[in-house]
Amino acid sequence: MEEKELQSELASIRSIMERSSKFISLSGLSGILAGIYALIGAYVAYEILGEDATHVMVRSRMPVDTNAPVTGIFHNDGNIFDMIAIRLAIIALIVLIASVTTAILLSTRQAKRKGQSMWGSVSRSLLFHMAVPLIAGGAFILILLLRRHYGIVSPASLMFYGIALVSASNFTFADVKYLGLCEILLGLIAACVPGYGLLFWAIGFGALHIIYGARIYLKYDK
Amino acid sequence: MKIAFDKLDKAFENRVRLQIMSVLAANERYDFNSLKELLGITDGNLASHLKGLEKEEYITVHKSFLGRKPNTNYEATEKGKKAFKDHLDALEQLIKQQKLG
Repeated sequence: MEEKELQSELASIRSIMERSSKFISLSGLSGILAGIYALIGAYVAYEILGEDATHVMVRSRMPVDTNAPVTGIFHNDGNIFDMIAIRLAIIALIVLIASVTTAILLSTRQAKRKGQSMWGSVSRSLLFHMAVPLIAGGAFILILLLRRHYGIVSPASLMFYGIALVSASNFTFADVKYLGLCEILLGLIAACVPGYGLLFWAIGFGALHIIYGARIYLKYDK
Repeated sequence: MKIAFDKLDKAFENRVRLQIMSVLAANERYDFNSLKELLGITDGNLASHLKGLEKEEYITVHKSFLGRKPNTNYEATEKGKKAFKDHLDALEQLIKQQKLG
């Protein structure tokens, strides 16, 4: 056996070990696009909240305190507040659906190019490990939303998303783990600084996704 | 140099067998269909190589049913993992020697 042959033998072993245990077809471009959708969504949400944005957000983040001075918005129109919440939920849902669809489409294309199965044992493990924290977190947030703890949405969604990424990261690029850790950290900070939910949400789902997507794109997409 | 060549495992002379062991070294278990898709070879080809590795006691077979579909999983034995590691070490050794020589 020649040296080149030996090298290629080792290279093929390495590649097959990686392809068999990691989903390497995640598309970086879809990360960038998801970040852009999130930023657009956050901007629209900000517009809906209007000039009272900070005001409303602060109010929403305060625990119900009967001694607190009650402002007009909160006092007179719980209904207006609910309507805003519903509109925000719809925006979040649109961003989510657009991001997931983009990720599936672009990763399928990437999987074809890399000769990896889009629906194989690896991608199934990846999805399962991602789905458990996401569904648990989603249900948790929904329950708190129904009880009108609006302030929980931003930190909790960042944290659960981060946990989902870390848990799924064993089955794909290590970069995903670091993205997850950043989201968890950001969620914790958001929980400490009430009133800036939308801002942290935009950083976590917008800016971080764009940075991570660009990194993946430059490192692996080509 | 001849000594290192002797250390290469005969069972891994075939590329497919070496690839199967690579997959089972990186994953606790792997099922037949995923293996087939990953390596891009035919049922018969894969089955015969799996049989060969089984005969060497390098892998064990787990048969079960997913609904009505039979699902066959493979797992590397301790003996198989050691053999794979030794084989890789030998390959590495060979490369080192050739670089020096």
